[in-house]
Amino acid sequence: MAVDNHYIIEELKLSFEAQIVSIDEPYGMLNIVAKPTSVNDILKWFKEHQTIKADFLTDICGAHFPDLKDEELCVIYHIQSMANNVRVRIKSFIPVSNPIILSSTNLYASADWMERETFDFYGIIFMGHPNLKRILNVDEMDYFPLRKEFPLEDATRTDKDDSYFGR
Amino acid sequence: MSKELTISKPLPGIEGPGFLATSFDKAVGLARANSIWPLPFATSCCGIEFMSTMASDFDLARFGSERISFSPRQADLLIVAGTIAKKMGPVLRQVYLQMAEPRWVLSVGACASSGGIFDTYSVLQGIDKVIPVDVYVPGCPPRPEQIIDGVLQIQELVKNEPLRRRNSSEYKALLSSYGIQ
Repeated sequence: MAVDNHYIIEELKLSFEAQIVSIDEPYGMLNIVAKPTSVNDILKWFKEHQTIKADFLTDICGAHFPDLKDEELCVIYHIQSMANNVRVRIKSFIPVSNPIILSSTNLYASADWMERETFDFYGIIFMGHPNLKRILNVDEMDYFPLRKEFPLEDATRTDKDDSYFGR
Repeated sequence: MSKELTISKPLPGIEGPGFLATSFDKAVGLARANSIWPLPFATSCCGIEFMSTMASDFDLARFGSERISFSPRQADLLIVAGTIAKKMGPVLRQVYLQMAEPRWVLSVGACASSGGIFDTYSVLQGIDKVIPVDVYVPGCPPRPEQIIDGVLQIQELVKNEPLRRRNSSEYKALLSSYGIQ
């Protein structure tokens, strides 16, 4: 039996029907939106599944959608099955007022730095992370620069006339 | 061998057969200007242009900078070539502090001089926010000729610098405006 998106969806629904918010396949890639409390269980299930064997965590990143009420922040996991050449994207939305999600460091050692990066830029707190502090930005930074309410430009710039740049 | 040779002007002073009497700071300036040891602090594409400047085509060694000093302790000239991220700022400052006086700084390229195209939260908007700069070289990246021109302008500064400048109150005020000493 070939491991494809259809097979994964059927298998996943047997265990996590209630935890899955939606499933779609943009450009043929399986895209699962799951409840924040169950993401860790789903990752564990993918890793330990005897047939799917999606045991490689490609990336963890974040996104900010200021207009989605109580779902402003998104944590995105990319996992891959080396054995079956299948990739899966798992998303989870959390409110900006309480940006907490479980850490995946107990499953993947590589999640450590990725979660630190996501925390650094979006302020998403990964419960259970052993060392959740900034990794790329300066330690003194007092905001999360990729959240949309903060300007991209540096405030100390002196040689630019804003009127030339439509600002 | 019909090509006419041009020889640089001698130092101003009293000249006679076999001797030249000149002031001490002119002689010291001449010696310093023609034996500058540069310390490259190259972080990106300007650094590639700097490598080309040092290589045989452009050959900065012709101007007395044969020896690149990769230790700040022996360097005279800090050449900052490339984007300096804010996280790199304290490192650059540390390198500058480790250099012995007299020291000069050449800022190569738009990024080192002003932040360049990186008008963003993570990039230092010009190295003169953390250390004093003597000469700015424009360009993105500047060609090796421009970097050589920058070094020649540094040489002019070195030649004409009074011996007591580093002890002057103006220089101390400059350094203290950067929080040094």
